Amino acid sequence: MNESNEQGTLMLSARGIEKSFGPVRALQGVELELRAGEVTALMGENGAGKSTLLKILTGDLQPDAGTLALGGTEVQFTDPRQSRLAGLRVIAQEPEVLLHVSVAENIYVGALASHGFVFNRSATLARASADLAKYGFEKLIRPDALGSELSPAQRQIVEIMRALVDKPSVICFDEPTSSLGDEEVVILFRLIRQLRDEGIAIGYVSHRMNEIFELSDRITVLRDGRFVGVKTTAETNHEELVRMMVGRDLSQFFHRDPAVPGENVVELRGVTNEHVTGVDLVVKAGEVVGVAGLVGAGRSELMKTIVGDLRVQEGELLMGGSAVDFRSPGDAIAAGIGFAPEERKAEALLLQRSVRDNIALARLKSLSRWIFVRAADERSLAAEYIRRLGIRTPSGDQLAGNLSGGNQQKVVLARWLATTPRLLVLDEPTRGVDVGAKSEIYAIIDELAHAGVAVLVVSSELPEVLGLSDRIYVMAGGRITGELSRAEATEEKILALAMDETELTSSTS
Amino acid sequence: MPATQTPTTLKSPPPLSDPAANQSVLRRVLGVVGVQNISLLMAIALVVIIIGSQNPLFFTVGNLRVIGTAIAISGLLAVVQTIVIIMGALDISVGSIAGLTSVTSAMIFTATGPLLGVVGAVAIGMLCGLLNGCIIVFGRVNPVIATLATLAAYKGIAQLISDGRAQGYTGADGFFVFLARGSIIGVPTLIWVLVIVAVLAHVLLRYTSIGRNIYAVGGNDIASRLAGININRYIIGVYIVTGAVAAIAGILITARTGSGQPVSGSEGLELEAITAAALGGAALKGGKGTIAGTILAVILLGILTNGMTLLGVNSFWQNVAKGGLLVVAVIIQQLRSGERRIGLPG
Repeated sequence: MNESNEQGTLMLSARGIEKSFGPVRALQGVELELRAGEVTALMGENGAGKSTLLKILTGDLQPDAGTLALGGTEVQFTDPRQSRLAGLRVIAQEPEVLLHVSVAENIYVGALASHGFVFNRSATLARASADLAKYGFEKLIRPDALGSELSPAQRQIVEIMRALVDKPSVICFDEPTSSLGDEEVVILFRLIRQLRDEGIAIGYVSHRMNEIFELSDRITVLRDGRFVGVKTTAETNHEELVRMMVGRDLSQFFHRDPAVPGENVVELRGVTNEHVTGVDLVVKAGEVVGVAGLVGAGRSELMKTIVGDLRVQEGELLMGGSAVDFRSPGDAIAAGIGFAPEERKAEALLLQRSVRDNIALARLKSLSRWIFVRAADERSLAAEYIRRLGIRTPSGDQLAGNLSGGNQQKVVLARWLATTPRLLVLDEPTRGVDVGAKSEIYAIIDELAHAGVAVLVVSSELPEVLGLSDRIYVMAGGRITGELSRAEATEEKILALAMDETELTSSTS
Repeated sequence: MPATQTPTTLKSPPPLSDPAANQSVLRRVLGVVGVQNISLLMAIALVVIIIGSQNPLFFTVGNLRVIGTAIAISGLLAVVQTIVIIMGALDISVGSIAGLTSVTSAMIFTATGPLLGVVGAVAIGMLCGLLNGCIIVFGRVNPVIATLATLAAYKGIAQLISDGRAQGYTGADGFFVFLARGSIIGVPTLIWVLVIVAVLAHVLLRYTSIGRNIYAVGGNDIASRLAGININRYIIGVYIVTGAVAAIAGILITARTGSGQPVSGSEGLELEAITAAALGGAALKGGKGTIAGTILAVILLGILTNGMTLLGVNSFWQNVAKGGLLVVAVIIQQLRSGERRIGLPG
C-alpha cells in the first residue's frame, strides 16, 4: 500500500465470475476492479447481481467459474472468515449489533481485551475511545453506549470500526445509506473519504445516483448478472448510466392486449401509515396495474396495507366506491381481495399440507356444512384449479413443499382464484419461477383481467411490469413518485422515477 | 426441488422380493396407516413380546385392564396436547390444571353433588385455559414460559384451597364409582372416556374447518393470517378446550383415588402427554401430527410402564426412562427434518 498513490494499485480484481442457482444464472462473466485510494461504485437494478457478487467476494458463496485476486495473488475463499483475514471486509446494509452490550464490546467482539478468561472492561473501553477518536467518531458515539441505544448510522459506525480493527486493504459498503438520515450520510461520506485517503480500496454499492457522483471515482455497471462496463465518474452522466443499467431486449417478454377498464374497484386517497405516505392509487375492473420501484420503496408494505394486514392511519381506502376499514386480512378477503405475498414459502404456503388443503384454505367456510368440510366439494374444487392453472402435481394429495417454485406459485394463485376476488394483489408473482411457468402465470393474469378482475402487480423486473401493465405506478421512499400509462412507460422513465427519492431527500434537507 | 426440506412422510423402502401386486398393497397400507404409525405398531409388538416372554402375567385380562385404566388419564392429556402442538404451541400446565380441578371437583361435590362437581371442575379448567391463552396472545409470552408460570401458579392455588391435603370423599358416590371402576360392555368407563375424547379430537382435526385451520396456524402463521384466519381466536379456543379436557382428567383422578388430589395424582402428567404426542409424530414446530399416532404412543408408553413394573424396575429408573424417551422421540423428529446443527434449534 502506497500512501501517496498516483494511479491506485489494483487491490482486488474479479474476472469472469460465473454463478448459477439451479437454472437461474445470477452472474455471467462479471468483472470488478477495486483500486487502492479510490472509491469504485457498483450499480445495477434490483437483481442485477450486486449482492451475489459481494457474497462471492467475502466467500459466503463460491463462484462456479472465474478468478478472484487480492493484492495480486489469486485467492479462493470458502468462508467469510478467510476473506477477513486476507484483508477484505464488506459492511452489511443492516449491521448486526449485540443489543445488550457496550459499543466497545461490540467493536471487539471475538477479540476482547482480557487477562486470561477475565474480561478487562476498562482496557476495552479505553481502546475503543482511542480507536473512535482516531477516525473522528468520538463525538458521534460513546464507547459505553449499549447496542440497543444506537441509531442506524451508529450501528454502521460500529460495523466499520469492527472492520478497521483487522486493518483491511479493501472495504465494500452495501447500500450503506438506505437507513440513514441526511446528516448521518454526511458523516459516513467523510469517513469513506478518510479511508480512501489512507489508501484503502473502497467498493460502494448503491442505487442512488447523487451519492455515486458525489463519492465515487469509477463506476462499474451490472445488468441481469452481466458486466456492462466501467466508467470514470468524471466522464459520465446520469443518462448514460441509466442506459447502461436498462436497455434490454424486450421482444421476448409477454405483451398483453390492453383491456377496456371498467369501474373503480379499489381506490386509495392519501393513504398513510408508518410505511407509506399519501398514496393515491386506483385500480379499475379489468385492468392490470403495475407497481414498480426499488427494493425498500415501500411496495410490499403498500400491498399489505391494501389487503388489511397493515392498518391505514390516515386517508381513505375505497372498495367499489365506498370507504372501508379493514381490521384484518379476513375483512379484506370478505370484501373480495385476494393477495399472493412476496415470500411464497414464508407467507403463503403450508409446505407440510397437501396441495388440496392449500388451495381450499381461504374459502374453507363456503366448502363446509356447519364446521364439517365437504370432502367431495373440496376435492373437486382442487381438481378444477389444478387443471385450470396447469399445476403439475401427481395429485391433490401431494405436499405443497414437494412442488417446484412455479407450481407452488400457481397453488397460491389457485387459493385466491377460488375465492373469486374482485381485486387480486400479486407481490412479485414470478420471483424464483422458471421461464415456462412465468409465461403461464402471465397468461393467467391476462385471462383474469379479461374476466373483469382488477389486478395489482408488484414487480422488480421492469420488462415484466412493462409487458403486463395497463398503467404503472412508481414508488420511492414510501410515496408514489409517478404514474405512467402503458404508452408512455419506458424502463428509463420508471428508473428515473424510482430513484427520485434521492432528489426528494436532498432537496428537503 | 424439495431437496432442502426433507419430505415429512418418507417413502417406503422398496420391498425386495415381493411381487408387484403385494408391493402396491403394502404401499397402500403404508399410505393409510403412515410410516410413523407402522413403526409405533412394530415397537408395541416388540415390547409386548419382550415383556410377555419375561412375565406371562402380562397377558392376563386383569393386567390389560390395569394398563387400560392407567393410560386413560395421561391419554386424555396427550390427545389435547397433540392439538396444542399441532397449532405450534405447548401447554405444560395441563398436569396442574388436572390437580386443581381434581381438588375443586371433590370440594364442590362435597358441598353440592356430583353434577355440579363435574360442571364446576370443567368450568374452572376452561377458565385456566382461557387465562393461558390470554397471557400468550395479549401478553405476547412464549407458550412454554406462559404455561410454565401457570404450571406453578395453578399447582399453588390447588394447594392453597386444599391446604395441601386430599379433599372430600367421593368413594361412596355412585357416579364417581362408576367412572373409576364401572364398565360398559366389558370395557372400563375410564377407557370409554378416553376413546370418546380421542374420537372427537380426531374428527375435529380431520374433518372440520376448525381442525384444518389449526394445522394451518401451526404450519405457517403468517399464511394463515393472510388467508383470513383469526389466529388469536384459535389459540385461545384451543387452550380453553385443553383446560376443559384437563379438568375431565382431574375428575377421573378424583374418581380413581376417591378424593380430590391437589398434586399427587397429576404431577408429571404434562411430561407423559408431551412425550406421547412427540412419539406419536406431532412436530413440535407445529403443523403436523395425528391423534391416531398419539394414541399408539400412549399405548406404547402404558405398556412400557406396566412392563417395567412387572419386571420389577425401580420407579426412579422409570422416570429416567420416560425422560430419555422424550429426548429420543424429539431427536428422531429433528434428524428427519434435516436441520443444520448450528446454535439453538429453531
